[in-house]
Amino acid sequence: MTQSVVVQVGQCGNQVGCRFWDLALREHAAVNKKGIYDEALSSFFRNVDIRSGGDGPGIYKGKICSLKARALLIDMEEGVVNEILQGPLRDVFDSKQLITDVSGSGNNWAVGHKLYGCQYRENIVEKLRKTAEHCDCLQCFFIIHSMGGGTGSGLGTFVLNLLEDEFPEVYRFVTSVYPSGEDDVITSPYNSVLAMKELNEHADCVLPVENESLFDIVNKINQMINSGKLGSTVKQNSLVTSSAGSVKTLQEKPFDAMNNIVANLLLNLTSSARFEGSLNMDLNEISMNLVPFPRLHYLVSSLTPLYTLADVNVPSRRLDQMFSDAFSRDHQLIQADPKHSLYLACALLVRGNVQVSDLRRNIERLKPSLHFVSWNQEGWKTGLCSVPPVGHSHSLLALANNTCVKPTFTELKERFMKLYKKKAHLHHYLQIDGMEPSCFSEAVSSLSDLIEEYNELDATKGGPRTDPSRLKIAV
Amino acid sequence: MSIVTVQLGQCGNQIGHEVFQSLCSDIHGTHGLCSRKENQSYQDACKERFFWEEESGVPVARAVLVDMEPKVISQTLSMAARSGCWKYSHQSHFCQKQGSGNNWANGYSVHGPRHKESIMNLVQKEAEKCDRLGGFVTIMSMAGGTGSGLGAFVTRCLRDAFPASFILNHVIWPYGTGEVIVQNYNSVLTLAHLYRSADALLVHENDAIHRICAQLMNIKHISFRDVNQVIAHQLGSVFQPAHTAEGGPNYSRNPLGDLMETLVPHPEFKMLGLRNIPQIPENSLPYSTFSWPGLIKHLRQMLIANAQMEEGIDWQVRPPPPGSSTPSTRKPLHFNTSIANLVILRGKDVHSVDLGSFQDPSLYTSWLNPQDAFNAWRTPRAFNKYEKSASLVSNSQFLLKPLDSVVGKAWNMFASKAYVHQYTKFGIEEEDFLDSFTTLEQVISSYTTL
Repeated sequence: MTQSVVVQVGQCGNQVGCRFWDLALREHAAVNKKGIYDEALSSFFRNVDIRSGGDGPGIYKGKICSLKARALLIDMEEGVVNEILQGPLRDVFDSKQLITDVSGSGNNWAVGHKLYGCQYRENIVEKLRKTAEHCDCLQCFFIIHSMGGGTGSGLGTFVLNLLEDEFPEVYRFVTSVYPSGEDDVITSPYNSVLAMKELNEHADCVLPVENESLFDIVNKINQMINSGKLGSTVKQNSLVTSSAGSVKTLQEKPFDAMNNIVANLLLNLTSSARFEGSLNMDLNEISMNLVPFPRLHYLVSSLTPLYTLADVNVPSRRLDQMFSDAFSRDHQLIQADPKHSLYLACALLVRGNVQVSDLRRNIERLKPSLHFVSWNQEGWKTGLCSVPPVGHSHSLLALANNTCVKPTFTELKERFMKLYKKKAHLHHYLQIDGMEPSCFSEAVSSLSDLIEEYNELDATKGGPRTDPSRLKIAV
Repeated sequence: MSIVTVQLGQCGNQIGHEVFQSLCSDIHGTHGLCSRKENQSYQDACKERFFWEEESGVPVARAVLVDMEPKVISQTLSMAARSGCWKYSHQSHFCQKQGSGNNWANGYSVHGPRHKESIMNLVQKEAEKCDRLGGFVTIMSMAGGTGSGLGAFVTRCLRDAFPASFILNHVIWPYGTGEVIVQNYNSVLTLAHLYRSADALLVHENDAIHRICAQLMNIKHISFRDVNQVIAHQLGSVFQPAHTAEGGPNYSRNPLGDLMETLVPHPEFKMLGLRNIPQIPENSLPYSTFSWPGLIKHLRQMLIANAQMEEGIDWQVRPPPPGSSTPSTRKPLHFNTSIANLVILRGKDVHSVDLGSFQDPSLYTSWLNPQDAFNAWRTPRAFNKYEKSASLVSNSQFLLKPLDSVVGKAWNMFASKAYVHQYTKFGIEEEDFLDSFTTLEQVISSYTTL
């Protein structure tokens, strides 16, 4: 069994990360009835005996003493991290896993990346090494951050760079929250484009998330609950947005519901690596199957179902509905419509009581309405995990490498150009040591190249018009 | 003679477990519709072939379990132990932590050399426990990373370490609509490499077994366990002790050797398909009767028309008229030409069954005598509660279409260079791909011109 380390950077990263740890504990508590520290738990948690003073050696078997998250919390202002440490999750983190400063990054990528990056490099490397040493077999780093700010965006991508240098063999999965058009941070386009260049070059897989989509999903659920339709009540803890049953008992904060969705995304992504199933799908398989060309590693994700009704019986058609929903616009975590764009590859990770025949039937059913690139007509990667998420009897995570990410990137580029043409706010960036105007031009050209690659795929539908001729054998 | 099984990857281990389970329940289940003495002799032969006894009396499977991540092996070991009637040895497994990531190159070029010694040590230990080693059977899928890549490497190592032993690869062909996106690359690389080291490849297609589960076994929600149980039943029907024609009253002492001798006359032609009838849900067994003429007729037509199961056979397909020396291009399109066939009959009245229809020369290519091209093993001891059971192992054009399809899709993907960087990262270059494509195009061409 392998271990993964979560690096949460900036306000957004830490808030989402906090929800992730909370829900992870809830999930393992539901599965692990005997309180024994098992392999599944070890993928995200260490088992320590706190009596032997703080950062005790890990206990590898036997009863759970004290669980510590394999995480690194980084923020250049103290507010968010302090709150976490005073909240109900304080025992899951120890002080050695934090890196904080006081004044924040002022929504400036350059401050986060160049200034703080330089300043904290040694500290970060040391703490990463420590966390890695506690792992028997470290497979993956998960970075959670937002693109629009200063710390998450700048320092977050600096850490990404660092991970590639120091741990080249470990996979880097990045969950990035992209800013919306009406983002109140004026310089968010600059920050995002500068960060994009780093993601292009150093991440193995990026899972983009947009606040707008999360917001729409939360609304959809609220509407459903409040409409009183269908007569049956919804199981509270099954909501993809809920914290019910988790450690946190205080009143929910505004972004909690949205952050829970992202936390659930990460849990589902890693479920097959942690729990057993008839067709396992490990993290390295995700990267292998969904990334046909090194730079095209942006995966659009969707989670279904968003909630479970309280009645227990699940007729087949509800299962089928789950599959259909995974491809609908409303369930995607970014503002995109994969169904009407070109698929390069698609992965379906099913959890719970679903059999291979249900999976195959739904693939057959949905395939005709989806457009796959010519060289990957049957491009499906499937995984079956037997353990369902809390509150559900089954669930589906769909990851698509699809050209529908293009509009997100082109809009980002437009917003960037609007500011850049006027050279608005540039001086804030250029005054930082290490920032040159070429940083900007390189970043935007990297983004343009990426957009161009997607354009080409769309135009040619990914292949030569005729099938390439096979090798001929002289008889 | 004993057979050592090497279970590779998730698929290999899951199926391997079902195979040993099926063998055990066959010998302990019914008394096989034959005399006590015959039954005892069958049990002993099966035990010697697949198990060794430890002090507690519980049979231990002659198997080596290999996987690059621990979950499946630990599940497999505990399920076997729970069965009570057999188990795996706790020292016969090898696993790592990180899996192969569906990457053939990772399995073959990284895990293979790194773990060669440990794995071959385990195999050597199992081989030494056998009084007489009859050969190796490896169980693996082609679509993933460990079974396929590491499996190909292990097969090569087996060939190097045991040059005189028989090696049979049991290979699982993935669902056509995709289980793994790079399955076609993995399949092409696997098949090409296995072809160089193994004596024969026995293939099961997931699509076909799935259809059997749906239409014949009436299973509504088919799980991989159901699929694997059908595969295990079919394999059991071939590998359980049988009387070969010249064997006389004793069970064959060299099952793999006999199989290879009858079915693989030429090293260019190693792809074997397997059909088994009847296949019905277990609770229908007491209410069904079959006649040998009926079964044989269906089996023969399944061979000729390349049908996967006894429903939906195309009865229109006929062999070309005898006497005409038809070049392959003029044979009827759907007709499945054979090089060699083996029919294995088990159960009641086996010796009275007329198999003349299988000796029809028009079924075969011209280069073997029909007497040599066709063999039959008849065993009165019934198998797995089926009063009558007939299996066909065939070296014919059964796998031509699937092979051609996999190579075509892989080539299509290769032309756009998609995913190739994932393989070059671990040491498999474009040249290696091309070599594999060439090998398989040769195989396709050979089978096409039969």
